[in-house]
Amino acid sequence: MRARVLIRPKEGILDPQGQTVERALPALGFKGVSHVHVGRLVELDVDDPSQVDAMCEKLLANPLIEDYEVTLLDGR
Amino acid sequence: MKFGVIRFPGSCDEVDALHACERFGDAELLWHHDRDLHGVDAVVVPGGFSYGDYLRAGAIARFSPVMESVAGFAREGGPVLGICNGFQVLCEAGLLPGALLPNKTLRFVFRQVDLVVENADTPFTRVCAQGDVLSIPAKHQTGCYYAPEPLLDELEANGQLVLRYAPGQNFNGALRDIAGVTNEAGNVMGLMPHPEHAVDPLTGSVDGGRIFESLAMAAAVPA
Repeated sequence: MRARVLIRPKEGILDPQGQTVERALPALGFKGVSHVHVGRLVELDVDDPSQVDAMCEKLLANPLIEDYEVTLLDGR
Repeated sequence: MKFGVIRFPGSCDEVDALHACERFGDAELLWHHDRDLHGVDAVVVPGGFSYGDYLRAGAIARFSPVMESVAGFAREGGPVLGICNGFQVLCEAGLLPGALLPNKTLRFVFRQVDLVVENADTPFTRVCAQGDVLSIPAKHQTGCYYAPEPLLDELEANGQLVLRYAPGQNFNGALRDIAGVTNEAGNVMGLMPHPEHAVDPLTGSVDGGRIFESLAMAAAVPA
């Protein structure tokens, strides 16, 4: 089964990448942009989707500084 | 006493670390695939870009075979020093509290910084006095120390905040100006700046040598 893991900085953690993108967009003429956060996307095929949370906790994310969201793509 | 300096694929400061260790004791390189720590009395996890910093700095290196042995060595009270990428590896491995975030400027910064010794009663600072200032180079892009506020209070109360950037010198945004912390037991320390690059008058400062000298002394005569 295909799993998609979205990893982003936890709320309140300094996100200089997000801030930099937020400053860059108005400079290109895009108005009204706020709360930009930059994260990572990990896609993986897994035999046992119940293991994906443990994979996130142990390796894919650092739970101290990052939140993650798992989506299973081939139906559930 | 003998130091062991770990070499991961992507390490780049292990030779300077080895050289720094050799000024105060015997030293040898330990390969990341080798579970045998060769009877060393202190372990240095050096700087660089272990495993290319893939995923997150230090995230992959923590699973290398040698790190299992280092974790066991640390649990038994053996002194472990992590420098820069080594600090990141030890945080990822759970041997040190907190995490390192990208510098607030997102830039790679290379500069000489002054570090204030906050706690001189550790195996890493015992030849220093509290309040001493060490001039040591820093060079990194992911060195902004982070831990949740309650944990920071705890670290501070326990004397685990060993080194801070001197006022006005915290270029990476580290919370509470933290440059170096220990674990709760006090036998594992990580710091972002590079003491191994400040052991020879040729490079302008020998203050970094005091960290290795402390470690050599601590390993020879455990507290």
